[in-house]
Amino acid sequence: MSRTGSALLPEVALAVTLLIAPFLLPHMGGSFDLLQRVLDWGLLGLGFDLLFGATGLLSFGQAAFYGTGGFVAGYLLVNNFLASVWLALVIGTLAAGLFGLVVGWLAVRRIGIYFAMITLAFGQMSYFLENSPLSAYTGGENGLPGVPVPVIGAVRITPGLPMYWLLAAIFFVGFVIARRILHSPFGMVLRAIKENTYRVAVVGHSVPAYKLAVFVIAALYAGLAGGLLGVFQSYMPPDAFSLDTSGQLVVQTVIGGVGTLIGPTVGAAIWLWLRDNLQLLPGIGALWKLILGLIFVVLVVALKRGIAGEIRYLFSRRREQAAAGVPEEAGAAALPPASSVQLPMTAPLAFARPGAPALRAIEVAKHYGGLRAVDGVSFDVRTGSIHAVIGPNGAGKTTLFRTLKDEVSPTSGEVLLFGRRITGLGPTRTAQLGIGKSNQLNQLFLQLTVRENLRIAALARRRGRFRADLLRAAGSLPAVERQVEAVMYTIGLAPRADVPAHILPYGEKRRLEIGIALATGPNVLLLDEPLAGMSPAERIATRGLIRQIAQANGQSRTLLIVEHDMDAVFELAERITVLYEGRLLADGTPDQIQRDQAVQDAYLGGLHEHEPA
Amino acid sequence: MPSAPLLISQAFNGLALGTLLALVSSGLTIILGTLGVLNFAHGALFMLGAYAIFVAAAKTGSFVVGVLVGTVFMLLIGVALERGLVRWFYGRPPEDQILVTFGAGIVLVEAVRAVFGGDSQHVSTPAWGGGVAQIGFLIYPLYRLELIGIIAALLGLFYIVLYRTSIGLVVRAGIEDARMVGILGINVRRTFLLVFAIGAAAAGVSGMLYAPIVSVDPDMGAEFLVQSFVVIVIGGLGSYPGAIVGGIIAGEIVSITSAFNSAYSDVMLYAVMALLLVLRPQGLFGSEGRV
Repeated sequence: MSRTGSALLPEVALAVTLLIAPFLLPHMGGSFDLLQRVLDWGLLGLGFDLLFGATGLLSFGQAAFYGTGGFVAGYLLVNNFLASVWLALVIGTLAAGLFGLVVGWLAVRRIGIYFAMITLAFGQMSYFLENSPLSAYTGGENGLPGVPVPVIGAVRITPGLPMYWLLAAIFFVGFVIARRILHSPFGMVLRAIKENTYRVAVVGHSVPAYKLAVFVIAALYAGLAGGLLGVFQSYMPPDAFSLDTSGQLVVQTVIGGVGTLIGPTVGAAIWLWLRDNLQLLPGIGALWKLILGLIFVVLVVALKRGIAGEIRYLFSRRREQAAAGVPEEAGAAALPPASSVQLPMTAPLAFARPGAPALRAIEVAKHYGGLRAVDGVSFDVRTGSIHAVIGPNGAGKTTLFRTLKDEVSPTSGEVLLFGRRITGLGPTRTAQLGIGKSNQLNQLFLQLTVRENLRIAALARRRGRFRADLLRAAGSLPAVERQVEAVMYTIGLAPRADVPAHILPYGEKRRLEIGIALATGPNVLLLDEPLAGMSPAERIATRGLIRQIAQANGQSRTLLIVEHDMDAVFELAERITVLYEGRLLADGTPDQIQRDQAVQDAYLGGLHEHEPA
Repeated sequence: MPSAPLLISQAFNGLALGTLLALVSSGLTIILGTLGVLNFAHGALFMLGAYAIFVAAAKTGSFVVGVLVGTVFMLLIGVALERGLVRWFYGRPPEDQILVTFGAGIVLVEAVRAVFGGDSQHVSTPAWGGGVAQIGFLIYPLYRLELIGIIAALLGLFYIVLYRTSIGLVVRAGIEDARMVGILGINVRRTFLLVFAIGAAAAGVSGMLYAPIVSVDPDMGAEFLVQSFVVIVIGGLGSYPGAIVGGIIAGEIVSITSAFNSAYSDVMLYAVMALLLVLRPQGLFGSEGRV
């Protein structure tokens, strides 16, 4: 898990580029002014890429924070409230972060077009605030001229090369921090949110808290970039707040490469270089933005990765191919005997009442309009047992499962976990309390590796619903890594640890689906049709896996399974609950269920004969 | 407190702006409702309409004929955009749809800038719209007054198409559940194409009618894009009645606020939008399920 030399390659490459750029670029139609602008846009872009590239939140309002940082710092300096440029930059950055906290709090509850529109609306509101009501402070359409340059000791950082070094140093630090964030447990959760927001929430991470945190981080980057904009050009322009600023940032990021951190900087270099140089050419001078627009559309249509993204792809594809090259059989062969697997159990729950059943459903009902999917079902799941729920199609099994984890709250009735009421807590809290669930349809993080898929789940209960461990390496929590390793061996995917989930064959995807639920370290594990879609050989292997999970050291794990494969159910389950048309038909040991006349009728369809037509 | 005549005059201005916003937004909202795509190129289509009348009125010598020719042109632009670009994005995440329409908007704006330059152009008020009208104590430019009537008529026509024709029934059903409409054997692809073309034309016609009272330049659409977002948020995403009511409310917010303090007119508009998104995200006429 140590950071090797090659892991620091981007930092080294960036440092070298920043060091030689001022000597190289003037020969390529660049200027210090251009370099400074590129780095300023790039700094703004670092935050935006964490927000959009990593987390998938497309904001059209970053100008609001860029402008806030710039005008707060500029106002304090121009009016001589502060002598220190550094202090003004810090205050401006914090002001932008605070504004980001308010806007983010309102915005992150919504997704997709709502998120884009809310951020856009706040961006426009800030623009008009700057322009009219606050013009006494901001200079309105004139902006704030005369922003002073910073001073280190007795040295004034003058425009030109000294100012370039300042921006380069700040950008470098900003990049290092952003990259640390991206590779921290916190960043891991962000990337998972982009892949599959719902699964992140149901394994126990508070999605709104993470989204809000990254929104504030992006606002802080924007605020600092805005403050520096005023400083390096001695003037704070009002169009920092404009919709064009937010739009330009989006375009630059897509052209440069979304999710690469350096992409927005590359995009800014291209945008600004084209603007400065194409404008000089007669005939096509006015076309530079049209050309950029066309490139942008082509990139979006063709799903291309942008320039930095393409370069990174060439590197990572080789790695992926090497990882995927592990032969199929190796997976099964590497499966160690059950006894050697150390599957760490989360300690018994503090709130558990001794003797209380692991799960107790009390008169649970879930109605959708007139449809009574589940209609007053009560049963207990004994601690440490394998319990199965069966019933014909449409009996309400999946809906019942969803109410047990509170993915949907029941219309009436309640669910107790070790005697504690969990109804109404929602899936994130129930995951934290110890309920894990695998789904009938796979809910994986397809672009992430097997190890990362499991790590996201394992991080949840270890770190709690939210933790801003921004600078720690994602793989540096020993307890989490042990859990990930153990689960990986248990589900037989250890040889596939570094393969992205999307290239796994179906059977392995199913096992990973179960593995994610298991990696949360649940006290109660719900498996919704774990054998669905598997071949006979895979079914047998997975039955073994389920037994192994139940018997792994400790013996305190409780399993509840919905399954159509009756052979599997009667082999595995110590107790069986039968649902029929949303109601409880029978509840007992496999022997009792097998002899139950009502159950036989239900499965043979005989029940309908006794009902009035 | 502003005087009563000023308030009434501003209320009229609000109505003129509001009906215009309603027409722009009705195009945006039926595209969003039916296709599920938030069209970020809508402002550019508005701008394109203004340039269409600038050219067509000069070539044909008649504002009315120019509008008819321009409408056909805008329908064709809508068809080209849908066939060439937007339809590939129906299955993609909303972020991609936003990006591609945003990009299409940039291309349209820059293409117009390349052809006509960045300077603002002037479109003459048609002869029948010159001069002023006197209503009681209120003196009001005649064209603006006529504009309210013309747009009200267009919105009425729109209403008839949506609520009284079978194609309108398909569109409204598509807003409820596009997949189900497809399952019923109705050609959804053709409906989508038609809706996008009509939506584009609605933006374009708005731009044409508005051209005589503003200066026409390549960037004129951005403000209308954002304002029509406000309108559909107020009215409810994908709701046609919502676009009309929301448009008039938005127009009145801007105008009435500026009677008190013009500095706050736009701020107030976005503040209302932000508040609604938080308190009632489904808008006045939207249904909860679409949020």
